[in-house]
Amino acid sequence: MNIAKPNSYRSGPDERGHFGIFGGRFVAETLMPLILDLEKAYTEAKADPAFQAEMDGYLKNYVGRPSPLYFAERLTEHLGGAKIYLKREELNHTGSHKVNNVLGQIMLARRMGKKRIIAETGAGQHGVATATLCARFGLECIVYMGAVDVERQQPNVIRMEMLGATVVPVQSGTRTLKDAMNEALRDWVTNVHNTFYCIGTVAGPHPYPTLVRDFQSIIGNETKAQMQEIEGRLPDSLVACIGGGSNAMGLFHPFLDDSTVEIFGVEAAGHGLTQLHAASIAGGRPGVLHGNRTYLLMDADGQIQDAHSISAGLDYPGIGPEHSWLHEIGRVNYLSATDDEALAAFQLLSKLEGIIPALEPAHAIAKVMELAPKRPKDHLMVVNLSGRGDKDVPQVGDILRGKTK
Amino acid sequence: MTTRIDTRFAELKKQGRAAFVTYVMAGDPDPATSLEIVKALSKSGSDVIELGIPFTDPMADGPSIQAAGLRALKVGMTLKKTLDLVRDFRKDDNVTPLVLMGYYNPIYIYGVDKFLADAKTSGVDGLIIVDLPPEEDDELCIPALKAGLNFIRLATPTTDDKRLPAVLANTSGFVYYVSIAGITGAAAADANVVGDAVARIKRHTGLPICVGFGIRTPEAARAIAEKADGSVVGTALVDALKGSLDAEGRATAKTVNAVAELTAALAQGVRAAKQAAK
Repeated sequence: MNIAKPNSYRSGPDERGHFGIFGGRFVAETLMPLILDLEKAYTEAKADPAFQAEMDGYLKNYVGRPSPLYFAERLTEHLGGAKIYLKREELNHTGSHKVNNVLGQIMLARRMGKKRIIAETGAGQHGVATATLCARFGLECIVYMGAVDVERQQPNVIRMEMLGATVVPVQSGTRTLKDAMNEALRDWVTNVHNTFYCIGTVAGPHPYPTLVRDFQSIIGNETKAQMQEIEGRLPDSLVACIGGGSNAMGLFHPFLDDSTVEIFGVEAAGHGLTQLHAASIAGGRPGVLHGNRTYLLMDADGQIQDAHSISAGLDYPGIGPEHSWLHEIGRVNYLSATDDEALAAFQLLSKLEGIIPALEPAHAIAKVMELAPKRPKDHLMVVNLSGRGDKDVPQVGDILRGKTK
Repeated sequence: MTTRIDTRFAELKKQGRAAFVTYVMAGDPDPATSLEIVKALSKSGSDVIELGIPFTDPMADGPSIQAAGLRALKVGMTLKKTLDLVRDFRKDDNVTPLVLMGYYNPIYIYGVDKFLADAKTSGVDGLIIVDLPPEEDDELCIPALKAGLNFIRLATPTTDDKRLPAVLANTSGFVYYVSIAGITGAAAADANVVGDAVARIKRHTGLPICVGFGIRTPEAARAIAEKADGSVVGTALVDALKGSLDAEGRATAKTVNAVAELTAALAQGVRAAKQAAK
């Protein structure tokens, strides 16, 4: 890449929400005043020690942080190379990293006096986290979920309903995460006066990619301190799966300026990159959707194409704009794992470590299986175990018993 | 620069009446029928035509216009074919203003400079791009104005007095006031509330103000035309079109007429509006 390297990889975005050419605020006029309000509220909250103190209290006692950095001894032995550590985000309350961001946004919504919360969800992890915190703070919660995802992630649908949320199955378009986001945006435009849109990933109009990143950066900050304590130094590499990319950005961002740390993002290659997949960087190009410019899967006319992944959480034809920038500038290596590779990794981790991962981080584990054997034994590799697999047990069970493909 | 839009609004001002603005989706239900529909709109009393650019993910549109876009895409409609449709329409009609309305991505992928050049030579007069607020004016708005096209901005109930100057700064042709916070095809706004909003915007601009979203009947079109410089109807026309299709979503002998008849009735409503002091 012939792009000038910046002094810091951590200084973005600019005041208009741009990471290089990516990001921005591509939304309907109806939403613009609210997005500007949100930016102001977030800037004020960041500068308010009471806001951070309240967050810290909930992160410790409600979410259960810090999450452990666990040495995966048997996986390391099995692969015979790098020393593999798992960042155990699946142990958080609600079972994934999503809660870190939702807590921050719900506290912002409270500061802004918004009583009605909407969210989109793919695998249902963000929906569950949002429903959970809405229950905790007594807020109305509406979750948009593609009808296809409602089918394949039933356990999470039931959880959201038990928590008092209304789950709206979205029947438009491809009936997955992209359409859930369209429908959430339509709700927001209609109910903008009383509604806070709690976006689940590092995408959407500025300031969402930034504030979600900031709320998720606790993953990388903890990892840095924990690795220092355990090994007395920085890790040598980081690996995380990417749909929109919030767990990856949360792990990566605190390490971006540590030049010795190799960073790998893993997209979902579905049936393979020449067939149906969800790898926006590997198979897409820059376009504008859902409020930001970023890598997207689309046809020659700029029509958004259907993504496919076995994992509902990665089944999205775009990626967060900061990832697009980190790709173009060459700081992060973006790889991809197929459905079959993810399934194999899902089973391997379950059997070797007694940890059933969600299908999303199983994509990251799949690439660890390739990367780790090629690294020396003193190489420290951290993989973000962003969610637990309980929600996927019925789906994977059916696949392994040959009931579905 | 004077476009067909400017000329048309100047004529209407002389005649002392409001504009009737219609919206249909380009390529719905197929390119050939769509061309006949657009021709029928101008012949049935539409003063300004908005032509939707089909897009897979129209996040400010309700179910009717979403479905119209998908029908068009299903038969292979593209932005290039949308421009072809405009060029064909201009062979018979060189006066009716034509505005392309849609989302930014197909234009961005077509290439902004190439798109503006092709739009201008095809006979497009203006653009309404839903997901380009003034904060993103460098993308398309400024280049479009330089290319001699109007860039028509949406103002909404959430656009307050503090923000209006920014919204109006690079707007030309007319201002499209979205009468409700919501998506296309949603509930109608009260004409008196709309009247207050139009008066508020008038304090900031001399441009004509057309009002849309939620106007479905000749009566509603008339009520709005008494408060504003134009009534915009889209979803009701798209619904009339859809009602004429066969079970597979294909055009029938009734399709063009279904749209033309509703257009004529709505146009009568607008023309019957009493002109308030505007």
